[in-house]
Amino acid sequence: MTRPFSPAHLKRQHLLDLAFRNTTRLFAFLVFAILAGTLVSLLIGSLPAIRTFGFGFLFSSEWNPVTEKFGALVPIIGTLATSAIALLIGIPVSFGIALFLTELSPRWLKRPLGIAVELLAGIPSIIYGMWGLFVFAPAFADHVEPWLTEHLGNAALIGPLFQGPPMGIGMLTAGLILAIMVIPFIASVMRDVFEIVPPMFKESAYGLGATTWEVVWHIVLPYTKIGVVGGIMLGLGRALGETMAVTFVIGNAHELSASLLMPGNSISSALANEFTEAVGKLYTSALIELGLILFFITFLVLSLAKLLLIQLAKREGKQS
Amino acid sequence: MNAKFGRGLIASLTLVTGLSAAATTAAADVTAITGAGATFPYPIYAKWAEAYKAKTGVSMNYQSIGSGGGIKQITAKTVDFGASDMPLKPEDLDKEGLMQFPAVMGGNVPVYNLQGINAGEIKFSGEVLADIYLGKIKKWNDPAVAALNKGINLPDENITVVHRSDGSGTTFIWVNYLSKVSPEWKTKVGEGTSVSWPAGVGGKGNEGVASYVQRIKGSIGYVEYAYALQNKMAYGQVKNKDGQFIKPDDTTFKAAAAHANWEKAPGFYEILTDEPGKDSWPITGATFILMHKVQNKPDNAQEVLKFFDWAYTNGGKMAADLDYVPMPDGVTKLVRNAWKTQMKDASGKAVWH
Repeated sequence: MTRPFSPAHLKRQHLLDLAFRNTTRLFAFLVFAILAGTLVSLLIGSLPAIRTFGFGFLFSSEWNPVTEKFGALVPIIGTLATSAIALLIGIPVSFGIALFLTELSPRWLKRPLGIAVELLAGIPSIIYGMWGLFVFAPAFADHVEPWLTEHLGNAALIGPLFQGPPMGIGMLTAGLILAIMVIPFIASVMRDVFEIVPPMFKESAYGLGATTWEVVWHIVLPYTKIGVVGGIMLGLGRALGETMAVTFVIGNAHELSASLLMPGNSISSALANEFTEAVGKLYTSALIELGLILFFITFLVLSLAKLLLIQLAKREGKQS
Repeated sequence: MNAKFGRGLIASLTLVTGLSAAATTAAADVTAITGAGATFPYPIYAKWAEAYKAKTGVSMNYQSIGSGGGIKQITAKTVDFGASDMPLKPEDLDKEGLMQFPAVMGGNVPVYNLQGINAGEIKFSGEVLADIYLGKIKKWNDPAVAALNKGINLPDENITVVHRSDGSGTTFIWVNYLSKVSPEWKTKVGEGTSVSWPAGVGGKGNEGVASYVQRIKGSIGYVEYAYALQNKMAYGQVKNKDGQFIKPDDTTFKAAAAHANWEKAPGFYEILTDEPGKDSWPITGATFILMHKVQNKPDNAQEVLKFFDWAYTNGGKMAADLDYVPMPDGVTKLVRNAWKTQMKDASGKAVWH
């Protein structure tokens, strides 16, 4: 055993430091390697489909394994539409949850409610899917969809969105299930960031006679907008890639229809459904290209979010 | 201390490589055979494998990764046999140097969800089923359906068509039948393990279709007979080639297999839909085993053939218990013959004697 601070000891420490630093660097660069590897293998896998269909793949709604003609329009729209519905419902509800938990809830209720939200986030997606299919869809078909068709089916503009037989399975159901799944993510992030707002800010505003709403809208939200946008993006990321829960309730039909009550398809559920039995090179390749498209959509969404955050940060600088 | 850790690491690494080396040498010795493919026959293959292992000590490891995967794996020779619900065409078999034979049968049944109407009450014809799946017949009280079902009060309800969303041998048998009975289906949709459906919603797996049909009022779907039985679903009668309305069960499935002309089918390429015969259920199908004609591991191949030989002879009861239909004796004789004449080892010697 060498004495501490002896040259030999220091040298060994130095070597260990070096090894440690390089190991962590290796792990960090592994992220790049995995990302690049995924992208390259997706590209190689989808080459036959890209060669055959070109850019038309993105705009064709045909999906015919018999004649080997494939197009990604239906799953792309399904993915975007269900995620949009999920956010449309998820954001206001999560905001409400976070607002109540941080500003309005009595102290004794905060902890149990907060834990409940976190538990909701931990439920595996297949359970949401099963619940959606066995409990939510039948109830939705019997009680909500007929009402929607009757009251909104003939409305101007949005009317066509709510026509069709009440099956309980379709794009709207998938969007609603996704909303339930993203709410805990967005709500818990929002709550966490709302809580870091310095009490001094809020109390000063209250002292000036601001209402709770004014405090939240003018003090809390501007202070936490980066975190809030981050939480929403986390939810969106989950909604875009969600597979099992959507597969259970979206209806899995490669069909373009205006109505949200009709079955559709999403990229991830098409992959989950069809990969095992995809016979033939072109079919497999078309599915891999779908995966590539999902990769790009997610990448695009995250980059846009990052851009938005940068814009927000810039404006902040000017104001202060 | 650090050096000690390093030495430990190296030691454990050698241990791991040693183990994997041991595993590869063990695989050459035939105590285990491997197969991969179709999901439909997985329960019966697993059951046979268990019984066979208890009797002979040879274990059969079957991965139900889907017919498409099975074909890929056997072509790449990573397994001893592949399994597919859709038989390969003789020219495709020749191209890959494969042979195939039917292992066990099952049937598809149309199931429906109509309140107050029981199992076996509704009668369908092939044309009506095709028109429903084409989206041309939209209501249950359509004159075409009513004409087959005099005396049944059919509701004025929309028909929701349910099909498989995943590629499947079940779908293949179903659309193959529709193609045979409806020229319009043949030209517009065609046949395959998945097709471009003109109408309806897709459920994943037999269980997905079953649960959609149970949940959507006025729906019609198609599932393996076993699923219809186990879920107590209402299934319909279907008119066969001889004009008889038939209820699905093992005797009508067997009748279809018995009437099939296996002897004239090169490479056992025979799909049991729309077979002649008074009692033949028109939507029957067999599931197939794929093997290489020239075996570079003849010991493994022989073990696979022994397994299926045993299953043909002794596995009938187990198959029937799981609502599969064993191959009739006439067919198994032809299959054993094909083993003798078609499968050779590298030196050209027959693998099966």
